[in-house]
Amino acid sequence: MNQHTTWLFKMAWRDAKASRVRLLLFMASIILGIAAVVSIQLFSTNLKDNIQRQSKSLMGADYIIDARQQPTDRAQTIIDSLKPDALEVNFVSMIAFPKNGGTKLVKVRGIDGDFPFYGSMNTEPVSAATTYQELGGALVDATLLLQFNIQPGDSIKVGELTMPVIGALKSIPGSTAIGTSVAPPIVIPHRFINATELLQFGSRKEYQFFYKASDTLDLNRFEEKIGPMLDKENADLDTHTSTSKRLGQRYENVGKFLNLAAFIALLLGCIGIASSVHIYIKEKLKSIAVLKCIGASRRQSFMIFLIQIAGIGIIGGFIGSMIGVALQELFPYILKGFLPFTVEVSITAQPIVMGVFLGLFMSVLFASLPLLSTWYVSPLEVLRVDETASKGPKKARIIVFSLILIFLFLFSFWLLGSFIYTFGFVVATLITFAVLAGIALLFMKVIRKFFPKRFGFTSRQSLLNLFRPNNQTVVLVVAIGLGTFLISTLYFTKDILLAKTEVGQSNTNANMIILDVQSEQRATIEQTIKAKGLPVLDNIPLVTMRIHSLKGKLVNELRQDSTRQVRGWLLNHEFRTTYRNTLIDSEEVIEGSWIPELKSEDSVVISISDNLAADAKLNVGDAMVFNVQGVLMQTTVGSIRKVDWTQLQLNFSILFPKGVLEDAPQFNVITTAVPDEVTSANLQHDLVVKFPNVTVIDLRQVYTIIEDILDKVSWIINFMAFFSILTGIIVLIGSVRTSKYQRIKESVLLRTLGATNKQILKISALEYIFLGLLGSLVGILLALISSFCLALLVFKEPFVPSAIPFLVFLPGITLLVLGIGLSNIQTVLRSSPLEVLRREG
Amino acid sequence: MSKILKINGLEKTYSSGNKQLTVLQNITFDVEKGQTFSIVGPSGSGKTTLLGLCAGLDQPNAGTVELCGQDLSALNEDQRAQLRNKEVGFIFQNFQLLPTLTALENVSVPLELQGDKDATIKSKTLLEKVGLGNRFHHYPSQLSGGEQQRVALARAFANAPSILFADEPTGNLDEDTGEKVIQLLFDLNKEAGTTLVIISHDLDLANRTQQILRLKGGQIVANECTEKVL
Repeated sequence: MNQHTTWLFKMAWRDAKASRVRLLLFMASIILGIAAVVSIQLFSTNLKDNIQRQSKSLMGADYIIDARQQPTDRAQTIIDSLKPDALEVNFVSMIAFPKNGGTKLVKVRGIDGDFPFYGSMNTEPVSAATTYQELGGALVDATLLLQFNIQPGDSIKVGELTMPVIGALKSIPGSTAIGTSVAPPIVIPHRFINATELLQFGSRKEYQFFYKASDTLDLNRFEEKIGPMLDKENADLDTHTSTSKRLGQRYENVGKFLNLAAFIALLLGCIGIASSVHIYIKEKLKSIAVLKCIGASRRQSFMIFLIQIAGIGIIGGFIGSMIGVALQELFPYILKGFLPFTVEVSITAQPIVMGVFLGLFMSVLFASLPLLSTWYVSPLEVLRVDETASKGPKKARIIVFSLILIFLFLFSFWLLGSFIYTFGFVVATLITFAVLAGIALLFMKVIRKFFPKRFGFTSRQSLLNLFRPNNQTVVLVVAIGLGTFLISTLYFTKDILLAKTEVGQSNTNANMIILDVQSEQRATIEQTIKAKGLPVLDNIPLVTMRIHSLKGKLVNELRQDSTRQVRGWLLNHEFRTTYRNTLIDSEEVIEGSWIPELKSEDSVVISISDNLAADAKLNVGDAMVFNVQGVLMQTTVGSIRKVDWTQLQLNFSILFPKGVLEDAPQFNVITTAVPDEVTSANLQHDLVVKFPNVTVIDLRQVYTIIEDILDKVSWIINFMAFFSILTGIIVLIGSVRTSKYQRIKESVLLRTLGATNKQILKISALEYIFLGLLGSLVGILLALISSFCLALLVFKEPFVPSAIPFLVFLPGITLLVLGIGLSNIQTVLRSSPLEVLRREG
Repeated sequence: MSKILKINGLEKTYSSGNKQLTVLQNITFDVEKGQTFSIVGPSGSGKTTLLGLCAGLDQPNAGTVELCGQDLSALNEDQRAQLRNKEVGFIFQNFQLLPTLTALENVSVPLELQGDKDATIKSKTLLEKVGLGNRFHHYPSQLSGGEQQRVALARAFANAPSILFADEPTGNLDEDTGEKVIQLLFDLNKEAGTTLVIISHDLDLANRTQQILRLKGGQIVANECTEKVL
């Protein structure tokens, strides 16, 4: 480093030392923004790494072949030729505990072989994981055992089979926390499955074959080769590599929201930098003019402050990164319920380096506009002040502004991953910026034009402060408004997100569903329900079928057609359909007409849901042939329905009119409404004892689980919102405190001229109240508009705005601005005018 | 004697909206090396504008300024800054010390800009010379007006300038302090052999210089040596 460069650093340090309070606030904006980004980025990286590292343990095998029905002959040949190392049949069923008469919906997993090959089945006692096969007993979910006070050695009844509990099952590959809470797993030896007599017609079941592969096998190529062959036979191949990809996608949405919140925190940080550096540099212009006067070049003057800003950016970035590292330790704890494994947090250098780089880049970029003025300030300003002289040429300002826009766009795109969202977000931010600045300017014009000359001295002074030279109106209204806008948008969006998944519990709605009711059991089950004084709300027949052809094209041909536009899932899907002569509340015909009933000679006209129509590229009048348990049925699409799937009730993609499927093999779903837990337990107990094959789902329990998940989501949203609010407050403190240096001299002069402390206090208080109210009100109103657009265009949900931003944010932010503003003039109020004038230069 | 400052046909106008305001018109004069020179005139006569042009802080609309043998119009802003650093010293009415730098650091800046390795030692000597040996590490806000102007004096002489411009150097000081500062200014100037250009409306101060240039309405009304004025 040569002597001149050393001098630049020395000058930057000398100046920074004396301005440390203001620079610390500026640094705080960077720290919080970077901490949010780094913590979230680190966690995302960790999550991805964990998924990749643990994909084998999550699956328990290298690859799995699974089928929703007994594999076809050809599928079985493929399965056998690959020599499975273990196999499993699983289904959801009710079990009973004879010891205390308890019943519970569980996922029964009948395993044969030494599964899992990777990871482990975690049991208590530990030996139970290996002895249950030999001893012919069950491993039962540990929570379930506690809940029903069952010990190893007690019995459980699975269908017609009663067997001993060998141990408590704490974890097993293939079970997620959410799935486990709805239907906890129990593991039994595969050889006992038939004895349960639960695998009857219509029951949902899954056959899985587990494989260990040699290290040399390329699983991706293997999947490409075998996958399509199995697809044709209605079976699937899952490798641990594809599972890790799928898992990654599942948590992508959580990650996207966190990224958005981090981005908002960072953006607030940027506003903090821009507004505090703007005022900071403005105050330095005189000193820069002096420096130029005594011989400093434009480059030298510019570099002194560039080094200062860059230094703060690097230090802020580093501290922010360190806080981010500490913070991300929290995420695994918060997200515990969502993840099928414990996230091991490891610290990589990349996000930390990124944090430091981002801190540096962000500071320099957002400080560039004010920094430009150091280049263009004339030494003549030592002798006389020329407000416009240091602005710099338009071209330079346009270049800097464009760079800021490019950065904003690229950075949001990196975080959000969607061009449209990024575009929308950046445009919304720009519009907000422009509207806020426009409103601030308009406000100043209006006050000047309609100045209330009859107001008292203090009110007039405070209003004058809003448009006098060196006023802070535009900067503060933009900073306060943009901060409030971002925080309120986050808050309103949170409301939309939570409302979208909200579930309502009503006594008149069905809250218990009885599945897999065989035709001959229908009447007796209805009687059992009615005997307990409960209503039978629905008795819905279900007929399973697969699509055989679409618009005259066989599904087999469609599977092989690489140019097909039809979505793949529906070619293998087993549809559960129903028939009735009415439409229900959650359905609405949007195309064609609904035919309620047909006669035996009529051609079959059905109704399909809008999502199926979109995925299968079907319109009204198109032909569909179904394979109904081996019998082909020719149908035509008669109507397309819009179905509200978010309602927790039985909705169907394919709906037949009455008079067609009555004689097809079918089973029923019966729904009822139970008033409380005791009635629910009694009914479940009776049904399981009399009809072991039926599955009872108590929706009240599902509601609780969903609410629990929503609580967690809401916690994360609140946590991130809090982070953004904290950054916003720092920005606010920064912006308002920097305005101190503009106001203090005026206050001192007023005091010198005889103004009392009360008068000075009132002048400042009113000024900050005007600024706080205007900025936060406009910010909230803009957030309301942007959230309404988000609700309408992105979430496609009705938007009922929360009153919180108006009731809490508006007065809260105004009071905060007032509080910080008044703390500024404490120096004036406590000291003698001369003392202050000297101190402030 | 050689000329250190040559002003020829200088004109300066400012635009204010659509109006053109001529502040200086047809200004021509020379300052000789080592001379003490004062520019006097009532407020608004163009004194400060003339100082800005002479020191290369601003550029004229017409005419030329030759400072230390260099035509300022041929130099860009950075070259003019370099020339100021080597050849020019300044004293301002409002002292214009850098508020975030201590007294010692303020005096060191011109020397450091020249890359002088002994900047601190030289600055300390200068501060001691102006009677502020015990105020090295005080910030401007911790000094009185007179002390601040003495720091400004030390800074102005730090780079051993060929010419020193002083803009109303006593304007912000009481009579006693002002007298002390002026005495110090003349003493230091004599010792260093610097050319001194003072801008003032104080005729008593102007009479202590060898030559007086009188401005009125942006034009020279007189340019005489002090004996004639008296």
